Amino acid sequence: MLHYILRRLLYFIPTLLAIYTVAFLLMHAAPGSPFVQEKGLPPEVLASRMAEFHLDKPLWQQYLLYGWDIVSLRGHSSIKYPNRNVIHDILAPAFPVSLTLGICALAIALVVGTAAGVASAARPRSLTDYGAMVGAMIGISQPSFVIASVLLAVFALCLRWLPVGGWGSPSQIVLPAIALAALPAAYIARLVRTGMLEVLSADFIRTARAKGLPEHSVLLDHALRNAWLPVLGYLGPAAASIFTGSFVVEKIFAIPGVGTHFVDSALHRDHPLILATVLLYAVLLVVFNLAVDLGYAWLDPRIRYE
Amino acid sequence: MSNSAEIPQPAGPADALRPALSPMALALRRFRRNRLAMAGLALLAIVVASSLAGIAWNHVAVMRGQPEPYRTPQPGIHPQPPSLEFPFGTDPLGRDLLARTLIGGGISIGVGLAAATVSILIGTFWGITSGYAGRGLDTVMMRIVDVMYGLPYILLVILLLVLFAEQTIWLRMVVLFMAIGGVSWLTMARVVRGQVLSLREAEFVQAARALGSGAPRIIVKEMLPNLTGPILVCATLTVPLAILQESFLSFLGLGVPPPLASWGTLASDAIEALNPVRVYWWLLVMPCSFLGATLLGLNFVGDGLRDAFDPRAR
Repeated sequence: MLHYILRRLLYFIPTLLAIYTVAFLLMHAAPGSPFVQEKGLPPEVLASRMAEFHLDKPLWQQYLLYGWDIVSLRGHSSIKYPNRNVIHDILAPAFPVSLTLGICALAIALVVGTAAGVASAARPRSLTDYGAMVGAMIGISQPSFVIASVLLAVFALCLRWLPVGGWGSPSQIVLPAIALAALPAAYIARLVRTGMLEVLSADFIRTARAKGLPEHSVLLDHALRNAWLPVLGYLGPAAASIFTGSFVVEKIFAIPGVGTHFVDSALHRDHPLILATVLLYAVLLVVFNLAVDLGYAWLDPRIRYE
Repeated sequence: MSNSAEIPQPAGPADALRPALSPMALALRRFRRNRLAMAGLALLAIVVASSLAGIAWNHVAVMRGQPEPYRTPQPGIHPQPPSLEFPFGTDPLGRDLLARTLIGGGISIGVGLAAATVSILIGTFWGITSGYAGRGLDTVMMRIVDVMYGLPYILLVILLLVLFAEQTIWLRMVVLFMAIGGVSWLTMARVVRGQVLSLREAEFVQAARALGSGAPRIIVKEMLPNLTGPILVCATLTVPLAILQESFLSFLGLGVPPPLASWGTLASDAIEALNPVRVYWWLLVMPCSFLGATLLGLNFVGDGLRDAFDPRAR
């Protein structure tokens, strides 16, 4: 097991290196320069600005310098926000915000999706079943920004139950977290429902019922544990969808998270900020995927990692 | 004999006369009996037909020398709610929303089909090569897929689109199509490789090899017919994901350039026009119901195909 974890950690290195390299090359292949907007700069000022961001050096030196700035966690000053360090002043305060939002959304997706799936599999073709599956269809068939905007319009603007946006109080997390959770919750509900229906026809369920176990014990202790395995496999894609969904949801609800910086930094050719943000997301995703694979072994003792 | 129904009955004279059905025909029959899948197919047919009609409408207008309906502002005060003259209403710039929704359908479905095509071409080739070659090449090719799976791909797509934002419309469209297509072949490669690995050991493939068939013949004649099902299912489920990704990029301002429209750009324009004083509901409802119908239809058809080709897997 330890051997497996170590090997997976070793795989992180080529993955992250590949991401860094592709992002770096894309950034430099693209037309336009970070200072194109600042018209009328005296040449000396321009030269000193270029030097500050290593842009006067050959490509391979820039590659190493920016890489080292990130790996050593020292960071570099941002181009868009002068005199602010990309790691310490921009990403460090924004990261906990996005992480909190992402974890809340994932928790909502898991709880709501599993509950809906179990409820509809417990009574197939009932009103509950159809209701849950119609809800799941809405979640699957609409983009997250539409769901977010409709939630905002209904619950914040018309009913005034919840704040329109911003960050700080728990009530401000509710709407964005629901908007992010909609798609994964819908997928999880469908996965759990098919998994449960399959497991419920198995012999050990008949045995459990025959020996007089209460129905909730049959459903939750015996069936769900087996039906839940496919959900674990979906958690990696679910996390990715929540991460990327956070770009739009943070924008709609004016949340000061990492997502807003990503698109902005690319638009402004803010090289240090682009690279740091891309790598932050990449690290999050690979770590999460490893955690999911370890979760498999914990939930299903038949799976052993060598 | 309580379970006598499960014992196959000897074929009667009527069965003997019926020609044996190929696996493909059996799958097709199972698919046709799936009501949800057929409803999805009908939904898709309606959406595709109306999008084609919208494109034709535009072409007719161009040929007659009239302004193109999807980009031409109508006179009067806008946005107008749905009426007899404009069944879907008009947008804030006074353009007919029906024409825009139909044209947008062409673009969104086009993105989805492009992604499916790329995933079929690259994914199938990659999966077959990796699975059939085995050993070293297999390890290397699957490692590449693993690493690419780990990439937060959408980040690179966004980066690509932002960085090429100032290029011509056509280059941007090509980048958009390629970027979304490039993301979607990885799952296909894994699915196909898994199938090829099990087919390689199948008896009929061994028999073909014993008879002296070479690799190209085994792949084309023996394996591809057995791969059609999984490839079709995987491609069908790729399309809705690509359409959703396009709409997501549209919201970030990276979708098709105006005045062209996709369902994603229409929905995100509608959200920009959203305000608590006046509710322009038709701006959001019209494109989103088309988008929703398409995604639902594709999901139903994909699930139906999976059940039809692999009845045990449900």
